[in-house]
Amino acid sequence: MTTERILNAVVVAGLVLFPIWAWMADEPFMITLATKAAILALAGVGLNLALGIGGLVSFGHAAFFGIGGYAMGILASHAQAYDPIFTQPFVFEGSKSMPVIWLTAILASGLAALGIGALSLRTSGVYFIMITLAFGQMLYFFSISWPAYGGEDGLSIYVRNSFPGLNTLDPIQFYGIVLGVLCAVLFLLARLAKSPFGLALGAARQTPLRVETVGISPYRLQLVAFTLSGMITGLAGALFADLNRFVSPVMFSWQTSGEIMVFVIIGGVARLFGPVVGAILFIILEHLLGGLSDYWHIYLGALLLLIVLFARGGVIGTLTGREAAHD
Amino acid sequence: MSPILLAEQILNGVQLGVMLFVMAAGLTLVFGVMGLINLAHGSLFMVGAFAAAAVAGATGSFMLALVSALAAAAAAGALIEVLVIRRLYARDHLDQVLATFALILIFSEGTRWIFGSFPLYLNIPDYLSGPVTLPGGIQYPLYRLTLIGIGLAIAAGLFVLISKTRLGIQIRAGENDREMIAALGVDISKLYTIVFALGAGLAGLAGALVGAIQSVQVGMGEPVLILAFVVIVIGGIGSIKGALIGALLVGLTDTLGGVLLPHLFKLFTDPATATSAGSALASMLIYILMAVVLIWKPTGLFGARA
Amino acid sequence: MTDPVLQTRGLCLSFGALQASKDITLDLRAGEIHALIGPNGAGKSTLIKQIAGGLRPDAGQVLLDGRDITALSTAQRARRGLGRTFQISELAMEDTVLQNALLGALGAGGNPFRFWQSALGHSDLRDRAETALERVGLRDKARMRTSELSHGQRRQLEVAVALTLNPRVFVMDEPMAGLGTSGSETMTTFLDGLRAEAPILLVEHDMDAVFALADRISVLVYGRIIATGTVDEIRADKTVRNAYLGEDA
Repeated sequence: MTTERILNAVVVAGLVLFPIWAWMADEPFMITLATKAAILALAGVGLNLALGIGGLVSFGHAAFFGIGGYAMGILASHAQAYDPIFTQPFVFEGSKSMPVIWLTAILASGLAALGIGALSLRTSGVYFIMITLAFGQMLYFFSISWPAYGGEDGLSIYVRNSFPGLNTLDPIQFYGIVLGVLCAVLFLLARLAKSPFGLALGAARQTPLRVETVGISPYRLQLVAFTLSGMITGLAGALFADLNRFVSPVMFSWQTSGEIMVFVIIGGVARLFGPVVGAILFIILEHLLGGLSDYWHIYLGALLLLIVLFARGGVIGTLTGREAAHD
Repeated sequence: MSPILLAEQILNGVQLGVMLFVMAAGLTLVFGVMGLINLAHGSLFMVGAFAAAAVAGATGSFMLALVSALAAAAAAGALIEVLVIRRLYARDHLDQVLATFALILIFSEGTRWIFGSFPLYLNIPDYLSGPVTLPGGIQYPLYRLTLIGIGLAIAAGLFVLISKTRLGIQIRAGENDREMIAALGVDISKLYTIVFALGAGLAGLAGALVGAIQSVQVGMGEPVLILAFVVIVIGGIGSIKGALIGALLVGLTDTLGGVLLPHLFKLFTDPATATSAGSALASMLIYILMAVVLIWKPTGLFGARA
Repeated sequence: MTDPVLQTRGLCLSFGALQASKDITLDLRAGEIHALIGPNGAGKSTLIKQIAGGLRPDAGQVLLDGRDITALSTAQRARRGLGRTFQISELAMEDTVLQNALLGALGAGGNPFRFWQSALGHSDLRDRAETALERVGLRDKARMRTSELSHGQRRQLEVAVALTLNPRVFVMDEPMAGLGTSGSETMTTFLDGLRAEAPILLVEHDMDAVFALADRISVLVYGRIIATGTVDEIRADKTVRNAYLGEDA
């Protein structure tokens, strides 16, 4: 077993044991923190597929996070107001059921990622970073100025959505759902990374010319990766909205894109558990430093700076002593 | 809409455009010469605005405020160049994005720590306030007209600097062939610091100038930064000419879109829907413009390299 | 004489005032090695890119098995059976040697849009990749990271990736570049045996290798082919001696 695998096992154990401890100690706030970390980890895991394996530096993943969030907000707000979303060709009343909301979030963010990716992947390098940022901003300003779903104020949902057989209002049960989703996605991505697709995608990052000369179009590989990546981040957005029972344009903001990227980098680019470790650390720092000082972002900034300048490969890279997967 | 109102909006668009140019010029130079993508450029804009507000508050002199904005931002720029930025030139864009994102966090919270969360105000001096009457009977604020003048003067100055001076020759050489200018005995790290400080100073000056028509507060730099990115991407990264044209395009599109689109939509739908749909679309317009330009020309209007 | 497998007809390409290719017509027949030689800057790389993909000629056609491939992308040409190797190795340095060979197998016959089973678990891909590595003598290095290979081994891997494609033709850009004497000899022997499988268009600076291998040689000078012929014909050709070998002779 490699050091990285041991570390991954420790992370999974922590994700399981910490909330159980919090539950027994009757600390629901700690469970909520853990839930938040797991959801943000999922958003980062989504980005990591494009960024880590595919080398696609997307500065616009807030777009998918936000679409997932609004998928939840729109479906649930119509359902709670008994106001059908559409009546033709059949009546659709919205939904308060998580599986339906998730599916909608995944489809909507996947479609958006397919469109944004198809256009953005025509560019590369710094232009790709900027065009993805632009698409994110486009949706941000749209969500602010479109009044139907709360505009700048966002949308509140009174009661958390339901999941068959579980009580989602109980923090530990909701956490269980989130952890289940996160683990399922991690498992799928672990398979994907070693699959023919993962191999070709990784090669397209390192040497696109070689991939072309063996007869594979890097564009198609990257577009599929970008779409899958958007779907996962969109699913995380739906869960995040459910955690807060609230969606607002902040989910679309470029700071959100930046933070999702930060999780990936703090943990370690292109490592399966990188975003998980990154998101957990981010939440711990937010909690600890936020308690020490109102200006905790200074420390976060300094830490991030040190990691980028001196600890390439992020926390996992530093702990396992292996170089970052990138160059 | 009356022609006079339209003319005013065009002037507003030009004013926004030239200020965006002053902001974007540094960004595009730094990318062109050093290959660095600097998110913290918006923080330097903010540093300039705060320095100006503080100095104007203490001395009452607007001129002194502008000079200190330029100086403070240039100094902050030189400082971060030496401490952080120069370690990033050889790194990939991802590292650059993250490190400069970290700098934003530090700058923003640092400023909040020093000045607090309440906005400061920088007043337009008496000799620049009030409207002037332009040919055609257009009443237009003198201060905004001054901004247009200053912006155009800076653009002209930059073109002269790049095309006529020794520093300009080195900058152009740096864009084309880094090894070559090092081989010619130019102190490249000093050149980089100067270029970075120059861009920073311009951003700070823009912050001070714009700070007088809006409030000076933490976070004011980021919206401008993103607009400036849109500008340089449309113009082609590294091109000063592209930045000027991109800035004017973005300024005019943003201003005129916000005014005209709701009117346009009223031709098709009821006024309430027209206003909301029109303003929703208008807010997205410059990003749509950018996406269209990049899809048509993947390296911008005047860009050479990706 | 059989029909040529690969042909170019009147290829012309200019960059501004510079004419990089002037009316280039050449062919590659089954079973032969056709060497393309010429001084630096003669336009060899530009020509290779027009044949293998990457540059579109201003005029003229490229034909593979008699079919026009001029308008096809690099990937489409590869799927039609064009196996290319690069002068400077284009390999996924972070991946293992086997993974690089697997990539070739994936492009050749395999569908890369398979997300579930491990790439190593697809026996069709793996057999193909391992056979290719075996043939260039890298079988025992399969598990190594490509970045840990020596320069010569990377050249071998470059050829192995092309082999996994089972191409109709090989287009090789300086396979001997940077190889020592013994490395060149091994590669020469290998390429000598390869021609029976698929003909090779060989761009090479190593004249010993060219003279040892080539059935025919074309000489490219200033974007124009000044002579095509057997080794002896080219050696005897006056224009070539003046324009190219002149310095040595």
